[in-house]
Amino acid sequence: MSSDHGHRPTPPGTLATVGALLRKELRVELRTLESVPAMTLFAVTTFVLFHFGLNRSAVDGDLAAGILTVTVLFAAVLGINRLFVADEEQGGFDGFLLAPVDRSALLLAKALALGLYLVAVETMAVAAFALLLLKPPLTQALPELAGVLVLADIGIAVIGTLVAALAVRTRARDLIGPLLALPLLVPVALACARALTPLLSAGGAGGIPGRWLTMLALYDLVFALIAYAVFDFLLED
Amino acid sequence: MANVAAIELEQVGRHYGERAALSGVTLELEAGRTLVVFGPNGAGKSTLLRILATLLRPQAGSVRVLGHALPAERWAVRARVGLLGHDPLLYRELSGRENLVFHARLHGVPAGRVDELLEAVALTRRADEPVRTLSRGMVQRLAVCRAVLHQPDVLLLDEPRANLDPAAIELVEPLIGRAAGRTRVVTSHDPAGGRLEADLVLGLRGGRPALLASPADADPAAIAALYR
Repeated sequence: MSSDHGHRPTPPGTLATVGALLRKELRVELRTLESVPAMTLFAVTTFVLFHFGLNRSAVDGDLAAGILTVTVLFAAVLGINRLFVADEEQGGFDGFLLAPVDRSALLLAKALALGLYLVAVETMAVAAFALLLLKPPLTQALPELAGVLVLADIGIAVIGTLVAALAVRTRARDLIGPLLALPLLVPVALACARALTPLLSAGGAGGIPGRWLTMLALYDLVFALIAYAVFDFLLED
Repeated sequence: MANVAAIELEQVGRHYGERAALSGVTLELEAGRTLVVFGPNGAGKSTLLRILATLLRPQAGSVRVLGHALPAERWAVRARVGLLGHDPLLYRELSGRENLVFHARLHGVPAGRVDELLEAVALTRRADEPVRTLSRGMVQRLAVCRAVLHQPDVLLLDEPRANLDPAAIELVEPLIGRAAGRTRVVTSHDPAGGRLEADLVLGLRGGRPALLASPADADPAAIAALYR
């Protein structure tokens, strides 16, 4: 069986590597259910707390946008903290590093996985938000709301992956993750909340202010480039 | 392949903070030969393997694996080394087959190779069960499959027979033993067994080489003294 080890397999390209990593990532999450259920439960519980804490059964406008954005952000932190734990504890980092593949494939696969978790969480969280707290009906503004949240998710996923890779090798990773992620996510929170405000206003859904969408998109792009540039250094010794 | 150096180390050193995990290691190992590394826990054996596997940078000296300098040319080396460490590098929630298929994809190895290896280590029947439900011996057999999946030229084996019963050792022997025909670096705590499979013996103590000799010249008492 070992006689043919002169013949070398061709290493996979970046996209094939991302595919393999993402498939593994989603399979592990489906088996363990460690991230998405916890993030969803956290988001719904937070809405219940706001419901009682604000002593209001309905909110709209900037208050509604702020509550939704901050809740999604805090729920995301749970996912960010778990993102690389299985890899660190079960040798996945070493297994990946031993393979002759592009290191940025791991960044892309993890960011895609986190982005998908966020979309899954938001699907349930927005429904719970509409049911528990939101005053105006969401049906009309739903496509625009989804668009804004997806833009925010890209930023959260990229920054979250970068921070998670940094934090997971420290002893206080549960503390370091949020401490690094939340300040970096302030511009995402600000732009997302401002862009959502007209969509969640009681007087009927207004147009989304373009500059906040542009800011979100730009911030996503800048961090995607930074993450691509530094990710290799975070992984390698 | 004979007389071609597969591994060349020159005054190699590595620190963890203030502590020297490895220092002053110089040796040359020809292709197809076996280096057996003895030494007590913390002697630097695993550090040496991780440097050769490109997972750690040497902080002193020079390292060449298969003619490539590390860490500069680590890309060229990664596809050609296989590491079997203390950690099996397998996801516990995935099955053995899923883990091996995942690693096969990362190395561009056809999926058929996975079935071939599972059969070779007699794990075909348990291949679809999560790794967390398997015994340590079975996990070690899976880890052997992972390490040789891509037909590496150099095998780095950290106590490869740990957790294996005699029948399992027989199963993995064609994959990681001398018969595999690969250059091997094997760490061992078994002086008699280790000397038998060695072409070169290295003894480490406190990260420093205390013994470097052919197995015929390596005095068993000197090997035993490493552990005192």
